Amino acid sequence: MSLSAAVFCFISLMIIVFGILTVRTSRIFRAAIYLLFTLINVAALYFCLGYEFIAAVQVVVYVGGIVVLILFSLFLTEQSGTRLPEIPYRQALVSYIACIAGFGIIYTIILASDLLPSGQEAKILTMKTIGSKMLSYGEGGYILPFEAVSILLLAALTGSISIAFKTKKNE
Amino acid sequence: MSNIYDYTCFILLLPLLTFLLPGLFGKKFPRISGILGTTSMLIVTVLAYLTAYHYFITDAPAEGYYWPYGSRWPYLVLAKFTWLRFNAALSLDMGIALDPLSVMMLVVVSTVSLMVHLYSTGYMKGEERYSTYFSFLSLFTFSMLGLVVASNIFQIYIFWELVGVSSFLLIGFYFDKPSAVAAAKKAFIVTRFADLGFLCGILILSFYSGSLDFRVIIERMSSSSSAFYSFAAGASFLGVSALTWALVLIFAGGAGKSAMFPLHIWLPDAMEGPTPVSALIHAATMVVAGVFLVARLFPVFCMSHAAMDVVAYTGAASALIAALIACTQTDIKRVLAYSTMSQIGYMMFSLGISGYGGEKGLGYSAALFHLFTHAMFKALLFLCAGAVIHAVHSNEIKDMGGLKKPMPFTSIAFFFACLAISGIPSLSGFYSKEEILTAAFHRNKIIFCTGLLTAGITSFYMFRLYFSIFWNNKNKSGIKTHMAASITIPLFILTVATIEAGHIPFGKYVSSDGLPLHSDTDIRLSAAAIIISGIGILTAAFLYLKERTLPGRISAKAGIVYRFIAGKLYIDELYLLITKKVVFNLISAPAAWVDRNIVDGGMNLLGAAAENVSETIRPVQSGKIRNYALWFLAGTILISLFLIYVIR
Amino acid sequence: MNEIPLHLVLFVSTTLFFTGAYGFLTRRNMITMLMAIELMLNSVNINFLAFNKYLFPGKAEGVFFTIFIITIAAAEASVAIAIIINLYRKFRTIDAENTDSLKF
Repeated sequence: MSLSAAVFCFISLMIIVFGILTVRTSRIFRAAIYLLFTLINVAALYFCLGYEFIAAVQVVVYVGGIVVLILFSLFLTEQSGTRLPEIPYRQALVSYIACIAGFGIIYTIILASDLLPSGQEAKILTMKTIGSKMLSYGEGGYILPFEAVSILLLAALTGSISIAFKTKKNE
Repeated sequence: MSNIYDYTCFILLLPLLTFLLPGLFGKKFPRISGILGTTSMLIVTVLAYLTAYHYFITDAPAEGYYWPYGSRWPYLVLAKFTWLRFNAALSLDMGIALDPLSVMMLVVVSTVSLMVHLYSTGYMKGEERYSTYFSFLSLFTFSMLGLVVASNIFQIYIFWELVGVSSFLLIGFYFDKPSAVAAAKKAFIVTRFADLGFLCGILILSFYSGSLDFRVIIERMSSSSSAFYSFAAGASFLGVSALTWALVLIFAGGAGKSAMFPLHIWLPDAMEGPTPVSALIHAATMVVAGVFLVARLFPVFCMSHAAMDVVAYTGAASALIAALIACTQTDIKRVLAYSTMSQIGYMMFSLGISGYGGEKGLGYSAALFHLFTHAMFKALLFLCAGAVIHAVHSNEIKDMGGLKKPMPFTSIAFFFACLAISGIPSLSGFYSKEEILTAAFHRNKIIFCTGLLTAGITSFYMFRLYFSIFWNNKNKSGIKTHMAASITIPLFILTVATIEAGHIPFGKYVSSDGLPLHSDTDIRLSAAAIIISGIGILTAAFLYLKERTLPGRISAKAGIVYRFIAGKLYIDELYLLITKKVVFNLISAPAAWVDRNIVDGGMNLLGAAAENVSETIRPVQSGKIRNYALWFLAGTILISLFLIYVIR
Repeated sequence: MNEIPLHLVLFVSTTLFFTGAYGFLTRRNMITMLMAIELMLNSVNINFLAFNKYLFPGKAEGVFFTIFIITIAAAEASVAIAIIINLYRKFRTIDAENTDSLKF
């Protein structure tokens, strides 16, 4: 077992453990912190897979953006210290069975399928390639989804501002 | 003709205006609406007289000049416009038609309406819905004026229904009184029922004549050589020609409005309305509509002997029956109501026995002459009755008596009106009744005898009324009356009209064929009528001049006959029996059962099913996101399983 | 690190996905539900990158999809949090069970 395999196993373990802790802990603030660790480990997994840029994006956007946003919203809604209510036994059991069943099915399918590689020449994906492809309108260019996503982001930001904006009256 | 009749349009527009304005804004200015209505009616009356003056006197064609269709008088259509065009041949027009008949009716309606308006300003003073009353009164007048000047049969139908609606509104004016509401409904439903026949008649007649216009219908239908006529007379249904059917159905509508025998039941109940309204209904606006309708289509009616016989015998039967019932009634207004019915019956049978043209057409002139004079004295009678009721606060004869002293003026006016309706010479009723009896004598002896008998009974019950109210016993309640000028002036004018209206050379102007008609009355007939009336009056005087027990004993002797007549021949009860027992039980009840159990049941079943299903699936929409997600996940898993292991 | 079989990476992503699903199914607090959704999105991202790496190494679709998904996740998170804050102002709670005014 090579070092990279050991690293992979460790990262995977961390992802799964912190993921489970995120959904199982009864303190909401801790859940956010566990989420943070999960996301960092996912970034590490990307790094292992050789996608350094995506790993960086993951850290910047998720860890630096979304988790911080979640923490802020916890503070804003005065939830940071709350203990989450005990999950009802039946609800937990049903959800557990459903998830295990889903997992079983999906993983059975994964194992049953061949998943043959296409055998293409591996290419190093540099940041420069990504950047030029993102803005290219030729073959393999992503300018259209890029623009669509920019508009979506703009709309989402404006929308969230207008939703969260404190209305003066008519409360 | 020239446009000198332009002002005639205002005869229609002014009442409409005085209907709308007080109706909309009257609440704020109650006094003004009465003055406004009366003033506008005064203008309308002046215009109507002006029209009549122009039509009959100044613009009258030179002696010996005849219009192409044989009449001496022109048939003018003013302000005609097309309201609805169906195709090139058929359209609904609106127009104002002037011919001797409609000009005469304009005068009658506007005069009586003016009197009633003027009278009402005093009579209805202090009423809460004063302006509403005047608004309705204007609507009533407007509809009747529109009816008489209608140039086509559909326009007449529209105004006919308007008359029905406004009479409904006025009869039910005291709508907090249940009997008034019932009476209004009864009047409306009965006349509406008759109008169904009228509508069918209109449709048949216009189908066969291919037109709605009176002039065209009359031209096409009144000559036996016309193709339209032979078409209509040839088509037969149940052994009777289509033309007769159409005319009988139209007459049914007229009979409903005019309260002819089987359809008269609404008229006595209509007394629930304010008394001036009764005067208006009885003298000018509503009940004469049927007579007017028959007169309007008279040339066509002449073409069907069967229809004419129906008109004549219905009229005669109504005249006699109503007169008999009137003898037994104790409510002053009801007596007058039945006397109206009786007099309308006179007009009807006079029309029915009349022929077309020349001496044979005497009945036509006589009927309309009687309409004219009857309007005057009947309005007078009702307005007097109103004054009496106002003073006594009761409708019952037994609460009155000896009113000669406290109400001398009313007493004299009433006396003249009674003389007029009894046909005493030199009063208006004498001339018209005389002509009717003369016409009947020459055309149909049975009807003549009925008419003569009715004349006697009429004078009996009218003088019974007069003596009971104004003579008889001593003044019971010590009535002090103050008669406002607005009440006495109409009474005075109408008294003068009652006395003088008979001297108008009526036949010269209004006759069946439009040619002047000079009638010579047979002195023997006059004598017979006068003697019969005199007997009636003397009997009444004998029985009722002083307080006597004799009338009571006579009615007790007559026993069952008296009760039968006093119960109005039990026609109301008969109708109730028919509607309740036959219509309700045999038709309506099963229909209601089907409706309630099968139709409603089906609907209820559907509703209940939907309700149960939704109640069952309602918990699915729990509003709990986690449940949705769980179901979603379960569904996804199931669908993927299905796709992978079943489809493949 | 090509010696790690693909199905192991997929095992991680699947586990992460169903962990997120479990969290979504059991949590009542809206913010924790949002966290669970983030977990699921991440597992999808792992899948995309793993497939890109193992099956189509010569192409970059997976990478771009990942980028777009991260972008959209950021947008979604911001909108979701705006809604949550607004809800909190209105109801003084962010419990998903209590905000059921639209029920029925």
